[in-house]
Amino acid sequence: MIRRSQFLRNLRLGLENLLLHKLRSLLTMLGIVFGVGSVIAMLSVGEGASRQALNQIRRLGSHNIIISAEKALEDQDSITSGRKRLVTYGMTYADHRRISETFDTVEHVVPAKLLRKRSRIGSRMMDVRLVGTTDRWFELVERDVIAGRTLTPEDITERKAVAVITEDVARKQLAVEHILGQPLRIGSDIYKVVGVVRNEGGEGTTIQTPDRANDVYIPLPVARERYGDIDMQIKSGSFNREEVELHQIIVSVDELKNVEPTAKAIERMLTTSHKTKDYRIHVPLALLRQARETQRTFNIVLGSIACISLLVGGIGIMNIMLASVTERTREIGVRRAIGAKKRQIVHQFLVETIVLSSCGGLIGVLLGLMVPVVISKLAGMPTVVTSWSVGLSLVISVAVGIIFGIYPAVRAANLDPIEALRHE
Amino acid sequence: MSESANNNKPTVIELTDIHKRYQMGSAVVDALAGVSLNIREGDFWAIMGPSGSGKSTLLNLIGCLDRPTAGRYVLSGEDVSDLEDDALSDIRLRYLGFIFQSFNLLPHLTVLRNIELPLYYQGRSIEEGHQRARELAASVGLESRLHHRPTELSGGQCQRVAIARALANDPAVILADEPTGNLDTKTGAEIMSMLHDLNVQGKTIVMVTHETDIAEYANHQLHMRDGLIASEGATA
Repeated sequence: MIRRSQFLRNLRLGLENLLLHKLRSLLTMLGIVFGVGSVIAMLSVGEGASRQALNQIRRLGSHNIIISAEKALEDQDSITSGRKRLVTYGMTYADHRRISETFDTVEHVVPAKLLRKRSRIGSRMMDVRLVGTTDRWFELVERDVIAGRTLTPEDITERKAVAVITEDVARKQLAVEHILGQPLRIGSDIYKVVGVVRNEGGEGTTIQTPDRANDVYIPLPVARERYGDIDMQIKSGSFNREEVELHQIIVSVDELKNVEPTAKAIERMLTTSHKTKDYRIHVPLALLRQARETQRTFNIVLGSIACISLLVGGIGIMNIMLASVTERTREIGVRRAIGAKKRQIVHQFLVETIVLSSCGGLIGVLLGLMVPVVISKLAGMPTVVTSWSVGLSLVISVAVGIIFGIYPAVRAANLDPIEALRHE
Repeated sequence: MSESANNNKPTVIELTDIHKRYQMGSAVVDALAGVSLNIREGDFWAIMGPSGSGKSTLLNLIGCLDRPTAGRYVLSGEDVSDLEDDALSDIRLRYLGFIFQSFNLLPHLTVLRNIELPLYYQGRSIEEGHQRARELAASVGLESRLHHRPTELSGGQCQRVAIARALANDPAVILADEPTGNLDTKTGAEIMSMLHDLNVQGKTIVMVTHETDIAEYANHQLHMRDGLIASEGATA
């Protein structure tokens, strides 16, 4: 009870002294203000980066390795030359088999043929990406099923002419509820729509998710049977033929720690069987490392600014408090003569320093809440201010007050009361 | 206020062969060279003497702001000669009240809060402190100035606040160091009559002064010279 009233009394004294010298207090607090502000800004950038990375990984699947077909560099210019020729690239059915047979760490391997087609339901036409794949696709690229079902193993083995479409396709073609069972036409082929899944990959996003907004999923054997491996495209008068067996292979790995080694091993294997580099291996998990790296750079920069500011701020506070002790020597003498113990003097000055530093901390928090908004606007970085970072900053500012307040307070308490009373 | 009337009263301050030695560089200064003194309850002592005679040192020792190098000091029945700093603070808080030449009020605190200060260190509740401080302010005639700051008061008013503060802890002894030194004669006389009244009410007062007419208010005079008591005697 007495301790509490002493604390409240000293708190009041501290605030009064702070208000007595407003400008001086404000200038003294600046270091803490910037220090705390940059701590919050730093943590918000870090948090934003890691949340973004986590979000991306969630969309791509953290256990997945995505291998995509890509025209080798030496083949790319030949497309524009306008000559009529056949370009063969991408992964083969043999690659698929080898990957599933070779690695212990691999759980599932999902092949995919990706074809650009024009589809029609009723009288509505739209361009879709036809994905010839297996039932496992939906295990590796986990998306909500909105209506109906996904592909089943029977669809694959029995080569059923069924299609699972994305929400976007469904919306563009018809209302979601009524599309199940409708025939979806691609050229002269008819597929029965059996399910609708949610899609994550938008058209505008920079990250490559395995799925797209305009996907139509059909069993791989059906796609192979109906469309073969050669795709013909007429582009600005020239006539291109591409031979691709598989456009994409998604590999899921049993444990997180095996993801990157497995990706390396797959790459080594593909290098030996492919003459040119006509594929690209994409490891979503690597994004996390990348994000952490960015975050670390930011943390180092802002962390140093924060530390220096807090140090300078702390020294500034100590300096002012030492001046204040000298200025108030007589007050200290009077208090001691009246019967204040040394530790009560220490307490008084310490609380005053903490009041000063935590007021700086509070202003710093306000600054720290504004900085991330500016960073997001200017640098386009996502920022997330967490409540614990605000808490941490306030704890730090109180700690600075204690650390740099101890010396002036002890000095005040150790003044000889007789000398202090004589002080002019 | 005769000598005989006070002879039956108990001793409040008992100094026995007190020495105080300072080391000033290589020189050793004996500020007090064996002072023995008995002050009884209800006494009003004036300590006089030229500067450097040791009168301030003696007052500081009686005020428990300092410890004697040698000798025994018993205050209100407690031996305080060798107490630690914290214990001395406690003794000051419980038994002593100080009045200074330059008032020594805390400039940023109101009259009320200045008077409350000892009560706060005693750990009294805020309400109790307010109540007592108001009464004390009224007793020195400052009930209308409770929320003024010392800078808004005259010297005499400041010294009255200081007296109220010195009385707040109901001390056994009031120590006054040149209480009229910063006041004009008329105000000084007012303050002295206030101290005189307190003494009549039974307060023990020890005062340092170098003005003989101020010393006249006391009923005992003590003359110091070279760290020793030169003469001592009752007046009036």
